[in-house]
Amino acid sequence: MATKQILSPLPGTFYRKPAPDKPAYKSEGDKVVVGEIIGLVEVMKSFNEVKADVAGTIMSFLADNEDPVMAGQPLAEIEV
Amino acid sequence: MAIRKLLVANRGEIAVRIIRAAHELGIETVQVYSLADADSLAVRLAHEAVPIGPPQASKSYLNIPVILEAAHRTGADAIHPGYGFLAENAGFAEAVGNAGLIFVGPCAEAIRLMGDKVAARQAAQAAGVPTVPGTDDRVDHAEAVETVKRIGFPVMIKAAAGGGGRGIRIAQDMKEFERLMPQASAEALAAFGDGGLYLERVIEHARHIEVQVLGDGERVIHCFERECSLQRRRQKVWEEAPAPCLPEDVRKRLCETAVALAAAVKYRCAGTMEYLYDEKSRAFYFMEMNTRIQVEHPVTEFITGIDLVREMLRIAGGEKLGIAQQDVRMTGHAIEVRLNAEDPARDFLPAPGTIDELIVPGGPGVRFDSMLYPGCTIPPFYDSLLGKLIVWDGDRVSALRRLQRALGELVISGVHTTKPLHMALAHDVDVLAGRFDTRWLERWLQENAARLSETSGKATKEVVAR
Repeated sequence: MATKQILSPLPGTFYRKPAPDKPAYKSEGDKVVVGEIIGLVEVMKSFNEVKADVAGTIMSFLADNEDPVMAGQPLAEIEV
Repeated sequence: MAIRKLLVANRGEIAVRIIRAAHELGIETVQVYSLADADSLAVRLAHEAVPIGPPQASKSYLNIPVILEAAHRTGADAIHPGYGFLAENAGFAEAVGNAGLIFVGPCAEAIRLMGDKVAARQAAQAAGVPTVPGTDDRVDHAEAVETVKRIGFPVMIKAAAGGGGRGIRIAQDMKEFERLMPQASAEALAAFGDGGLYLERVIEHARHIEVQVLGDGERVIHCFERECSLQRRRQKVWEEAPAPCLPEDVRKRLCETAVALAAAVKYRCAGTMEYLYDEKSRAFYFMEMNTRIQVEHPVTEFITGIDLVREMLRIAGGEKLGIAQQDVRMTGHAIEVRLNAEDPARDFLPAPGTIDELIVPGGPGVRFDSMLYPGCTIPPFYDSLLGKLIVWDGDRVSALRRLQRALGELVISGVHTTKPLHMALAHDVDVLAGRFDTRWLERWLQENAARLSETSGKATKEVVAR
């Protein structure tokens, strides 16, 4: 079994939900397909979608909701 | 009681501006900062600096208990909120007062009143200030038809529970209105669980004009107007004082209404009344009041010679206004351009990073208010404003030439900025002629965005070639 990481495309604040009162886009154990949204990165008050670039199962999130993240920082681990 | 030690509950260029004003008054300063701002210019300039939490604003610059604790620990007796963050939070103003500290802003009641759109509109009407024709409350179908007969077309149908432009329809005539009204109500009910609607007359080709006021709780003066019609996504990018389009008699009436409204609420602080202005009919309509210092305050300071932040600190410290209305005179013309860490060639993509080279323009009539120094880091967690280039000269044409000259001198490398946008605007025929409204810039960008890419590319090459 191989694993791949989804990296943050930008520096900013990582969110796992589309809005504070909404459920998370994805939970650990969920399947994802290529292009599916797994979270948002807020950079300078603009929100950017983070999309899966591989298909597979989310093993774990490597950044928590509202964590500050750097560009290139792993956000989630995917079993492909 | 004059302020002795001021805590600055903000960051970036406005924190620097407040610290400068405080130091000139002999007031000691405490800068609070998040982890992301530990090396910021404001932290370096203030007498003391106190960390207040992680980068996220909700855990630092918006964290009221931690900010009050920092004030107590350092012995600060006043807090300046700047703009944004907690500046228009009535609960914060109250908490500061309850902690026995001075809030450098108006009282909580004034913030609350002016922050409520309906209440502010009613206060304006009571003070004789024209508001955009429309309904003060939600309307049913019969009332709606009566209202449009009174206010005329085009009319905006807005969902009472909507916001951010959602649930808005525009009807050009009665036939279209009869068709859109039920649709709008049904859509609002489906989207927001509330079918309530408001109506508002559309002011076409409106210009954004605002009046600066200063009040000490007893007396209110105005410091003339600013025009901020050049906007992108409702964010101002370029501001001027005075408004080039405003006839003298309209200016007089406009400024008088702003004073009347501020006086009606016994306003005590610097504040701004925002209006829409219809050039054709020479009518103006009150939109809202901002109960704080604004980003674009320097253009007013340039034409009047009044230091607005200094006045705010004096008034908060208990002094009465030292300036009479007849002593407020305006001279020449000032223009401010906002330098944001954004790439105008790529749809204004945010561009945090580290500043490499920085050359600040100078010479007569040039002011640069910023958070920048070579090597400083622009964190991704806050808004993209790096600073403002402000120029003054004897008239608008000279001020525009001075702006072109100053922008030519400015070098900010390491991050993309909106400098290429301002370079292009400062040479645009419509801008030079003062021919624009609040929707002009977005239309202009659709045609000129590609050109901004070339400009920025060329500028980079020139810098490298030197």
